[in-house]
Amino acid sequence: MNSLLKTLFSFMLLALLPMVAIAAGTIESDGTKVPTNWPAISMFVAFVGLTVYITYWAAKRTKSAKDFYAAGGGITGLQNGLAIAGDYMSAASFLGITGMVYLKGYDGLIFAIGFLVGWPIILFLMSERLRNLGKYTFTDVAAYRFKQTPVRVLAAFGSIAVVILYLIAQMVGAGKLIELLFGLDFDYAVVMVGILIIAYVTFGGMLATTWVQIIKAVLLLSGATFIAVAVMYQMDFSFNTLFKTAVEQRDGDMSILFSGGFVSDPINAISLGIALMFGTAGLPHILMRFFTVPDAKEARKSVFYATGFIGFFYILAFIIGFGAVALIVGGEYFAGDALIGGNNMAAIHLSSVIGGDYFLGFISAVAFATILAVVSGLTLAGASAISHDIYANVINKNATEEQETKVARYATIVIGALAIIFGIGFKDQNIAFVVALAFTIAASANFPVLIMSMYWKNMTTRGAVIGGWLGLSSAVIMVLLGPVVWTQILDMGAAIVPYKFPALFTVTIAFVGIWFFSITDKSARAAKDKEGFEAQFIRSQTGIGAEGSSDH
Amino acid sequence: MDQAKIEKIKSLPEYQQLVKERTSLAWTLSIAILVVYYGYIMLLAFNPEFFTTIVSGEYVSIGFPIGVAIIVFAFLLTGYYVKKANDDFDELTAKIKKEVE
Repeated sequence: MNSLLKTLFSFMLLALLPMVAIAAGTIESDGTKVPTNWPAISMFVAFVGLTVYITYWAAKRTKSAKDFYAAGGGITGLQNGLAIAGDYMSAASFLGITGMVYLKGYDGLIFAIGFLVGWPIILFLMSERLRNLGKYTFTDVAAYRFKQTPVRVLAAFGSIAVVILYLIAQMVGAGKLIELLFGLDFDYAVVMVGILIIAYVTFGGMLATTWVQIIKAVLLLSGATFIAVAVMYQMDFSFNTLFKTAVEQRDGDMSILFSGGFVSDPINAISLGIALMFGTAGLPHILMRFFTVPDAKEARKSVFYATGFIGFFYILAFIIGFGAVALIVGGEYFAGDALIGGNNMAAIHLSSVIGGDYFLGFISAVAFATILAVVSGLTLAGASAISHDIYANVINKNATEEQETKVARYATIVIGALAIIFGIGFKDQNIAFVVALAFTIAASANFPVLIMSMYWKNMTTRGAVIGGWLGLSSAVIMVLLGPVVWTQILDMGAAIVPYKFPALFTVTIAFVGIWFFSITDKSARAAKDKEGFEAQFIRSQTGIGAEGSSDH
Repeated sequence: MDQAKIEKIKSLPEYQQLVKERTSLAWTLSIAILVVYYGYIMLLAFNPEFFTTIVSGEYVSIGFPIGVAIIVFAFLLTGYYVKKANDDFDELTAKIKKEVE
């Protein structure tokens, strides 16, 4: 194991080297960049050191394929709940929602609620069944009773598309954030994130990924709680005072206290709600977490904890957003009328107002840790789709466990490298559409196939494949014709599809497609598909025959 | 799972009870959260004036307690389901497993 330790440390040094070099460089530079933030860097280095140690510890325990994909199935409900919450509370969501509240006030809360309400649905309709039916990926469940190759290819494609799009959003966001917080060059920042996550995932697999996520979730929740309590302390724990101070900062403009027409168009609002709700239930890196717990009981407990943590976090984010409006005063935080670094930096500036440089350093390091943790979860989900769904179930059906795990590690390196390349390639692009696209694909391809396969006995392979591809392609087409890509990026005038999240239509297309092409399917395969439902249903209800946890 | 085992499980009263109770609970709670969420969105879309009502002091509008209440409601629903499942469904499942394994 000494060689493993050495390799890990060289990875860590490799990753941190540019940071030191650049940090030294910025001191001599002409000051156009932000000054190097030493408290932030030292806290960040401490975090990376801890995660590398965890990866070393996890690597010794990661032997079988089950260890690599599902942490041996030995994660408890509370741990998994924290990890799920960690996956969901990405830097984009922490900085994005506080930034939205800072900018628009009440509308930020409406958005956050949309992100939350998918979780109870996942618990009631999916979590236990997923755990009882699945092994490593949600595709195991979606393809359970169907012809393996076409359904696996569809679901793996859906997974990889969502993972890559999500990765682009995270990596570009990460690069920008690190540039701003640490005074590091964008390209170096992206390369550093890429190298670190490849190390976590290839060596430590799901066990390391989960623990990195848990630690980050605890840090983020404590940091956010501290900011929110400090805000309320300054406001004598009165919401009236908080809102009053905020309104006064905005020159008496009361509109931040009310909805600013965010849902003036009901179709747009419902479509957004569907994308957020069903999209969440189709995100591969989230669904994968249900296979890391030993049984259905722990699976349902993990959603309970996750819902609690995420809901608490959104309430904090709301207080932080208003706190930023009320308390960020003084020229050093503004460039002209706007916040330095944009509205998404509201929480970061607020932490400096509240706790000075050291607390700013802590929150910056937590934001960076958040990016690392979320990106490693995504990378693992993408690698599993390649190695488990495509390699071991389509290309080489007789693959041994060793071969499969080896392919998973190679796939991790490839996806990590892709993340770096895309992160740098999309650096100056408008990437607002990629999250819309990721959620719309997850809601229109992954979710309908998955939920129908568990609930509708007359579904057939043909229905799954045609309906799924229809959902996926309509999602891509309608996002391309929508306001972000068509109007803002391509500058082609008014959008042909006037909805940023067209999920209302694409999800309907997928469900109708699955239904129509299943009921008209009279093939021999269709009879077999329907016959398999009963056994699948009993296993999903009782867990008889379900995957256990490994014994070590 | 062979056909004999499938028939055996299907005929168990515990299994029938489990499926019936869990299905009805899961759908009832799902519909509850959907009605609350989409009701909120509809209210925002069709009656934005309602949200300008001030409920406490001079600045706390009714939207804030409603928003927080939806988050808390979602959490309580998940808690209720987990409690019910831990108490009742697991017991039924254990009985079914004992019968067939």
